[in-house]
Amino acid sequence: MIDLEFVINTLSLGSLYALLALGLVLVYGILRLVNFAYGEYVMIAGYAIFLSATYLNAPWYLTLVLGVFAAIVVSYLTEIIAFRPVRTKSVDALIVTSFAVSIFLQNVVLIAVSPRAKPVPLPSFFSETVEVAGGTVPVRNLLVIVVTAVLLIALSLLMKKTVVGMAMRAAADKFTTTRLMGVPANVVISTAFVLSGLLAGVAAIFWVSRSASVDPLTGTGPLLIAFICVVMGGMHSTIGAVVGGYVYGLVFNVLSLTLPASMVSYRDAFMFGLVVLFLLFRPAGIIKGGYTEERVG
Amino acid sequence: MSLVNRLIGFFNRHQTVVLLAVPLIVAGIVINAFGSRLLVDIYTYFCVSLALVYSLQVFMGNSGILAWTQVGFMGIGAYATGILVTPPGVKEMGVPNMYPALVDLSVPILPAIVIAALVTGLVAVIIGYPLMRLNDFASVITLFAMLVVMHTIMTQWDNVTNGPRTFFGLPQWTTWGIALTTALAMLGLAYWFRESGLGLRLRATRDDRHAAAAIGIDMVFTRYLGFVLSAMMAGLVGGVWSLYITSFSPKAFYMGEMFVLLSMLVIGGSGGVSGATIGAVMVTLSRELLRQLESIINNAHVLSFEVFGLTELVMAVLMVVVLVWRPAGIIGGQELRLPRLGKKKGPAEANGAAS
Repeated sequence: MIDLEFVINTLSLGSLYALLALGLVLVYGILRLVNFAYGEYVMIAGYAIFLSATYLNAPWYLTLVLGVFAAIVVSYLTEIIAFRPVRTKSVDALIVTSFAVSIFLQNVVLIAVSPRAKPVPLPSFFSETVEVAGGTVPVRNLLVIVVTAVLLIALSLLMKKTVVGMAMRAAADKFTTTRLMGVPANVVISTAFVLSGLLAGVAAIFWVSRSASVDPLTGTGPLLIAFICVVMGGMHSTIGAVVGGYVYGLVFNVLSLTLPASMVSYRDAFMFGLVVLFLLFRPAGIIKGGYTEERVG
Repeated sequence: MSLVNRLIGFFNRHQTVVLLAVPLIVAGIVINAFGSRLLVDIYTYFCVSLALVYSLQVFMGNSGILAWTQVGFMGIGAYATGILVTPPGVKEMGVPNMYPALVDLSVPILPAIVIAALVTGLVAVIIGYPLMRLNDFASVITLFAMLVVMHTIMTQWDNVTNGPRTFFGLPQWTTWGIALTTALAMLGLAYWFRESGLGLRLRATRDDRHAAAAIGIDMVFTRYLGFVLSAMMAGLVGGVWSLYITSFSPKAFYMGEMFVLLSMLVIGGSGGVSGATIGAVMVTLSRELLRQLESIINNAHVLSFEVFGLTELVMAVLMVVVLVWRPAGIIGGQELRLPRLGKKKGPAEANGAAS
């Protein structure tokens, strides 16, 4: 069971989940916002790829760039229009707002495009397979590992070396103090949303490539996965999110292989049951952050 | 003399319930006497939604925890009622895989609803205690996760729920009067809970956890009791709802319905029963108007495509606008009171009567 093929498949699934989780955590770290609209950024990116390929006849690399760009723009716009006016008032209102934004975006594409699933054309090499040490793996599985590695390195350089990156890390730790040091809140928060959109957009390319289609409810899956990864890895550090992504990829693959066929349909319930157990016994996740208060009793 | 004084004092203290209940009853009688069949239907459904919003208010409003599971509890109540009251012959035909023990069950309606509420309460008792220990994002995500778990079980356990397919064959028992009675009972219960010592303690844990702990409030246990009561109310309303709808599938107990429920509570203000009432009135009115608009647009064939989802779209925008404008809801955590005894009703009550 543990052969190279399994390792590569797990790594690729884990990479995808790590991207999704990281995008969610970047915003949560600073705003304490559990962004229920996060999955819709993935969905919007999928629709942007579909629209640009169908109506603009754009070449494949341009469609992918446009897809990522659309996710970034929508993420930024939701911050400016919906979250910014609410965020100083109440955290609960912020969460409900994000839920409303999610419903809004779903219904926008429902009305503007179609309630039915639309095919997303992706370059043919995505679905080709290659032989790696005796096993066959799709190219996109290798691609997602490489892309994730590059993105994670770039992101950690950004966080460690640039001023805005340092400001974001400081804000995630103590937002008020960071602002007192003269860091403008809006810049930090907007950057977090832009990065969140970027990660969601890149993840979307690989997410939609699995079914090669997109529909208004596409965003639910990525959202739930990001939640699970973040809870398992730790809500308070970006490293935790990445670790959570890979751990979830591993658990998911092991469950798929070991669960009897009659129980596979309950896999989601199992995963969320696992989340509840994690919160009960290790509420801070695998990687602990700073001072946290997830559990009160 | 003293009795009259005490009555007036009692009324003064608890006038909120009267101020909310009277317009509701009057509206019901007027609509039933003069309104069309459609209006009576809308009113009945409104009363059931209102009862559900009260049940949500009991926990979410007083504890400040976003209770995603509420609509799942309503589903448990609905399925329990359905299994108990549907005649065995219909169940055998409609739910082919059902456990034989469940097929044989046949209980009169009223006890069935009570049992449904108890079953829902039992589920809440089992899952509630660990969940109530969590805080902040952890509580939001876990309760959300619980809703997903409930939904997965409802769609997969076809020996009980008929899986993703429709469960049908319930008698149509809920009339506007029964729906109104349910709403009034839930109103009374939610109000009583908020004003009771338990409700006050729960509100204290919401407002300042550390101060509440310092005066000796057991936060987890207080939340736990509120959670279970709220779940039982949802289960009971779910039963009444199921006897109005008569056929339903797990889709009715998921995100879409939760959004409607949440918008009712949040738009009005989750802090009290008045906010819940006003939110439910506003959301119901705007939803019905938008639905009419949607069908007019679709029937006029001015557009080359069918408009779906316009209602949800506008509701989402409305909700964000209200949250930006008043994050605690339109009337915040206040309860309706007459300005001074003997004066006319304020605009907010007039709004309630317009339903």
